Amino acid sequence: MAQVIRSPQKYDVCVVGSGAGGGMAAKILTEGGLSVVLLEAGPPVNPEKDYKMFMWPYDLPHRGVGVGGKAAENFGEFLAPNGAWHIEGEPYTSAPGSEFEWFRSRIVGGRTNHWGRIALRFAPVDFQSKTRDGLGEDWPITYEDIAPYYDKVESYIGVFGTAENVSSAPNGVFLPPPKPRCSELLIKKACDKLNITCIPARLAILTKPLNGRAACHYCGQCGRGCVTASNFSSSQVLIPPAMKTGKLTMVTGAMAREVVVGADGKAQGVSYIDVATRAEKRVYARTVVLAASACESARLLLNSRSKLFPNGLGNSSGQVGRNLMDSVGSDGWGYVPELSKMPPHNHDGTGGMHYYIPWWKYDRKNEFPRGYHIEIGGGRDMPGVGMFHDVAHQTEGYGAALKKSCRDHYGTGVGFSGRGEMIPNPDSFCEIDPVVVDQWGIPVLRFHFKWSEYEIRQAKDMQETFKSIVETMGGDYRTRTAIDGNHPFGIQSGGKIIHEVGTARMGADPKTSVVNGYCQTHDVKNVFVTDGAPLVTNPDKNPTLTIMALSWRASDYLLDEARKGNI
Amino acid sequence: MAGISRRDVLKNLAIGAAGGSVMQVIPVEAAALAHRMVHNEKAATPGGNYAPKYFSTHQYATLLLLCDTIIPKDEKSGGAVEAGAPEFIDLLTSENKDYQLEFGGGLMWLDNFCLDRFEKTFLDATPDQRKEVLDLIAYRKNALADPSLSQGVAFFSRLRNMTCDGFYSSKIGIADLEYIGNTALAVWPGCPPLPQG
Repeated sequence: MAQVIRSPQKYDVCVVGSGAGGGMAAKILTEGGLSVVLLEAGPPVNPEKDYKMFMWPYDLPHRGVGVGGKAAENFGEFLAPNGAWHIEGEPYTSAPGSEFEWFRSRIVGGRTNHWGRIALRFAPVDFQSKTRDGLGEDWPITYEDIAPYYDKVESYIGVFGTAENVSSAPNGVFLPPPKPRCSELLIKKACDKLNITCIPARLAILTKPLNGRAACHYCGQCGRGCVTASNFSSSQVLIPPAMKTGKLTMVTGAMAREVVVGADGKAQGVSYIDVATRAEKRVYARTVVLAASACESARLLLNSRSKLFPNGLGNSSGQVGRNLMDSVGSDGWGYVPELSKMPPHNHDGTGGMHYYIPWWKYDRKNEFPRGYHIEIGGGRDMPGVGMFHDVAHQTEGYGAALKKSCRDHYGTGVGFSGRGEMIPNPDSFCEIDPVVVDQWGIPVLRFHFKWSEYEIRQAKDMQETFKSIVETMGGDYRTRTAIDGNHPFGIQSGGKIIHEVGTARMGADPKTSVVNGYCQTHDVKNVFVTDGAPLVTNPDKNPTLTIMALSWRASDYLLDEARKGNI
Repeated sequence: MAGISRRDVLKNLAIGAAGGSVMQVIPVEAAALAHRMVHNEKAATPGGNYAPKYFSTHQYATLLLLCDTIIPKDEKSGGAVEAGAPEFIDLLTSENKDYQLEFGGGLMWLDNFCLDRFEKTFLDATPDQRKEVLDLIAYRKNALADPSLSQGVAFFSRLRNMTCDGFYSSKIGIADLEYIGNTALAVWPGCPPLPQG
């Protein structure tokens, strides 16, 4: 085998990963004048070819579920190229008794190609939760530190919503929200009766043209990827402006393996496998920014062992891989006869919900710490595979009666997804598996994961809330959950909500944290982590907006340090 | 519209939409054209001379009969066979070992059951005999009363799901539900007035 192929050029920055965190860093750093090489493990994305906007289920022979029906596991074949829970040749392992599912998206833009576009700010209290209830850790930064960056991110990417002055869900810079769908109107009516706050959702979708991008055309298919870039993805909204600067070198098919450290204890660059040729290559850079996703970045740090850093790079605290959190997730649905009175009408709207339920019980004593929000859905969605399994199960039989039952039930379901805050615990972390390597020869992660009683009680509360909303609507709540076993009250396995964060926690004290408030590792000043790994808490707000705000802030700091000659 | 690809249309849609940065100009015509072209590209050849990829001729004939019994033609729309459900089931089964046991083995179970009862396969049984068998395996409560039916009940439940999948993902099934959408709108109208009372 040939020896290591070294890049002749030395870049200012090497960014690993092109999703929300990496795309943002690449944009800000190149616009700030630095030369950036961006390593992406997957291929480029081609919206015109890859995005299945406007396709019908019958336009594909597998009707959206893929070869052997197996794409259904990864959300189906209509979605934008999105990654998978299980990738051939790239395993991960779980410790006995642990259930953790790791979703990886190897493609330019990463998970932002298909994500739900839910863009929620963390609240002031989310940065000081320990002060409030004694659990977990406080952040080294406050809401006031990050708020200007929330403003900037929202102004740039476009987020619809309304200022509602809900203290658990701060106001932002919002585009006008779309009108509610019928199912959402009825849910809102029921919530009003129950004193549950139900407000317009906050999604990164354009209801007005913005920065050269067209307004939404309301086909309801954001998850498939948008040819007009009317929703936010890193691949369409962050990478193109970075490219335009002429300062960005994108390397796709580059599976990062190790951060290379010099004798002076500073990072020199990144070793990666060129997946097309399996050759070992190396790029040199003055600074390294890891944004490969929380667990992938932790894996990279842990695999970057050297004489100086025998336990992995940036890991003198022993906290790399620790504090692994996902969102608490429990779902349910109900049948609402009132909806069957609606005449056929276009119900598509934007991709995702137009209304949602922010955490509304923050000022009360609850049976669990922190809180959750509820995402709502249902109504006259585009029919497809799987839509009538529940109806068929409950109706049974066959023939005219079954067909009538499907017809009568269509559009009458309402769905709920509770998404809550997990408290970090010592039983939930990832580490390097001592035995297993992937097809590139890179040691893989082994996961340990456990929900505590806090999260399980939250799931119970979610199920009770869903039921009360459906019954207040005059409907029949259909989800049944066990009270014990691996999924009490419908709590999903760790990782299933794809909000895994916390594995390179930020903090003021280098003994108990990996990075400082600017996402810079305490141990190695020219290494930054700008994905979900630095998050100290994982509030009930989907992490992507905060990842982008933190990445922008870290990139501004990096530019400043570079100007001062400190890096 | 010969000579224009779906790709070209999507490209035009992207350019047109990006151009409308002041007004909400959405090229609805371009989107509609994209739809038609996708249909034409994919115009399937239903039923008739389909050569099954997985099932034997006998099994496939049984599958056709079962699919149309599960979702039959009525005054509003065609049945599951017209909607292409058997082709869909055959394609997926040819690619999935679990389905091969569930559906291939399930159809064998059905024939074994009918042979034991009537000395005829399901296909050769009389309409009354077939109804007698389906009325047994189409309901979970029957397996509670007679455990020897439980494999048949499980098979039929899976086939019922997959037939619904094939039917309601088809043009016929989607029209049956009167779904309106999958198109580009310049303005989102929201919910029509809710019925009073």
